[in-house]
Amino acid sequence: MKEYPVLGKKDTRSGFGVAMTELGAKNENVVALTADLAGSLKLNDFEKAYPERFVQVGIAEANMIGIAAGLATAGKIPFTGTFANFSTGRVYDQIRQSVAYSYKNVKICASHAGVTLGEDGATHQILEDLGLMRMLPGMVVINPCDFNQTKAATLAIAEYEGPVYLRFGRPVVPIFIPEDMPFEIGKAIVLSEGTDVSIFATGHLVWEALEAAKALEAEGISAEIINIHTIKPIDEAAILASVQKTGCAVTAEEHNIYGGLGDAVGSVLLRNHPVPQEFVGVQDSFGESGTPEQLMVKYGLKAANIVAAAKLAISRKG
Amino acid sequence: MQQADIQYMSQIAIQLRRDILRMVHACQSGHPGGSMGCAELFTALYFHTMKHNPANFTQEGKGEGVFFLSNGHISPVWYSALARSGYFPLEELGTFRKINSRLQGHPTTHDGLPGIRIASGSLGQGLSAAIGVALAKKLDKDPSTVFCLMGDGEQQEGQVWEAAMFAPHNKLDNLLCFIDVNGQQIDGPTNKVLNLGSLTAKYEAFGWEVTTIAEGNNMEAVLTGIAEAQALLGKGKPVIVMLHTDMGSGVDFMEGTHKWHGIAPNDEQLASALSQLTTNQSDY
Repeated sequence: MKEYPVLGKKDTRSGFGVAMTELGAKNENVVALTADLAGSLKLNDFEKAYPERFVQVGIAEANMIGIAAGLATAGKIPFTGTFANFSTGRVYDQIRQSVAYSYKNVKICASHAGVTLGEDGATHQILEDLGLMRMLPGMVVINPCDFNQTKAATLAIAEYEGPVYLRFGRPVVPIFIPEDMPFEIGKAIVLSEGTDVSIFATGHLVWEALEAAKALEAEGISAEIINIHTIKPIDEAAILASVQKTGCAVTAEEHNIYGGLGDAVGSVLLRNHPVPQEFVGVQDSFGESGTPEQLMVKYGLKAANIVAAAKLAISRKG
Repeated sequence: MQQADIQYMSQIAIQLRRDILRMVHACQSGHPGGSMGCAELFTALYFHTMKHNPANFTQEGKGEGVFFLSNGHISPVWYSALARSGYFPLEELGTFRKINSRLQGHPTTHDGLPGIRIASGSLGQGLSAAIGVALAKKLDKDPSTVFCLMGDGEQQEGQVWEAAMFAPHNKLDNLLCFIDVNGQQIDGPTNKVLNLGSLTAKYEAFGWEVTTIAEGNNMEAVLTGIAEAQALLGKGKPVIVMLHTDMGSGVDFMEGTHKWHGIAPNDEQLASALSQLTTNQSDY
C-alpha cells in the first residue's frame, strides 16, 4: 500500500487559523467572527492583522450567525468560528432560515468537534453536527483530516459561493497530507488502492484508516483507503468505483453512526450498488470526560476498530 | 413637507390596506392585523424616507437604504409596498401564498423576489442581519442607513437582546430600527402573555437612542417621527423608534384586537372592510 510519512503533528484548528490569516491578506472581503472563542479557533493572528475585519460577538452565537448572514448579503465573505456544538445545534434555526434557506455565502467553521474535545465532556462534544448540517438543502459539509487539509479546505471554501459547514478539531494529530495535494470540494481522494474492502474515512479517522490498512496488509488483506473530506455533496462516482472493485465497505468517522458519513455512503450504496457496509463511529451515545486517546479507545474509533469492521464487511460478502 | 405630499401618502397607506385585505382574502390565510397597523410606516419608508432603487434591485444595496423585516408574518404590507413602489408587477400580489408564487407566506430570497434580502418568519433574527449589513456599510464607508422593523411580541425572543447588546457596543449609528408596539400577539395582549415592561427603558439601558411615535397610524406623525429619529443617526449610537400602532388599523371591526393577527376575512367582512377604505388609488 501507499505510505504516508508523518510530516509532523498539529491540531487541525491551527490549519484553519493559518489559512484565515492568509485569506485576510488575499481577499479584503473576508471577515472573521467569533463568539468569545478567538483563541480556541486560532483567530488571534487574524485579529491582530485585520482588526477592522474581525468581529467579536461575545457569547451570543445566534446573533453571530445572523450578523454573518447580513455581512454576506452586503457582499462580504463571513467566516464564523466557535465550537462545533455552538456552531450547529445551538443555532440550527438561525442557520436554517438566515443562512441556508436564504442561501447566504456564510462559512460556518467549527472546532472541537466530537469526543476528542476531551475533558470538557459531553455537553461540548457534539456527535450530531454532520447530520444536522447535511440535512439542510444547499449546505456544503466538509470535515478535513489533518492540518494541511484543513488549511487547504479553508482556502478553498473562500472561493466557493454558498453556505459551507467546515468541521475540525482540538486534538493534536499526525500531518500526512502533502502540502501540495490539491483540495477540490466534493472530490474524494483515493489515498491507497486496494481490492478486498473499501474504507471510507473522514476527519482525523483517515489517519486511523491508514493505520488499519497497514495492519490488514500484514494479514494479507488489501484495503482501499478513500478520504471523504466533503460529506455533502458526496463523491458518488468515487464511492461506486471503489465498491465495484472491492465488493464491501467500511465507513469511519468521529460522529454518531446516525446522520454522518456512514449514512451518506450507505445511501449512495443502497440506491446504486448495495454491498455489505460496516459503520465505525459512536454507537448512538453521548460522550464523556477523558483524554482524547482514552475516548477514542472507549468509543471504538481506533485503527483496531476499523480492522475488525473491515474483516466483518469482507465476511459478509456473498 | 407639503400637505399635498402627506395627503398623497395617506392615500397610498389606505391602498396598502386594501391590498392586504384582498391578498389575505384571496388565499384565505395570512396576517392582516399587524400588516394594517404598519401601513403608514411602510408608506413612509418606501415612498419617502429610504433612498432606494426599485428598478435595479441588488442584494448588496450599496449606497442605498436597506430594509429588513424581522416579523416576517406581516409580509402582505411589505409585498404591497414593494409592488407599489416598483419592485415587481402589481398583478403579482394576487399570487400571495399560492402555489408557485414568489410571494411566499413569509418573505424569502429563495424565489428571487426583488426587495427581499433574507428570509424571515422564525422570529428574532432580523436585527442580527441588519447589524451585519450595518457593519459592512461601515467597512465600505457607505453612508446610507440600514432599517429594521420588529414586532413587540418578538421582543420575547432571546436573540433580539443579543443583537440589542451588540449594536451600541459597536457604535452602529447607521442603524434605524422600529418596534411595532401594538400590544398584541397571537395568544392575546403582550402584557398578559409575557409582559415586556418598558421597552424604552430596556433599549436605553442597552445604549440605544430611543424615540417614540405615539400615533403610528397618523401619516404626518409617522413622517415627522422618522425625520426626528433620522436626525439622531451618525452620533455614535443606534436608534430605535417605539412605533405605537393599532393592529387592524383602518377597519372598525378589526382594530385593537389580536383576533385578526392571523385570520382572513370572509366575503362579507372583506366587503365591509373595503367600504371603509376609500382611496384615489387603484386596486391591483
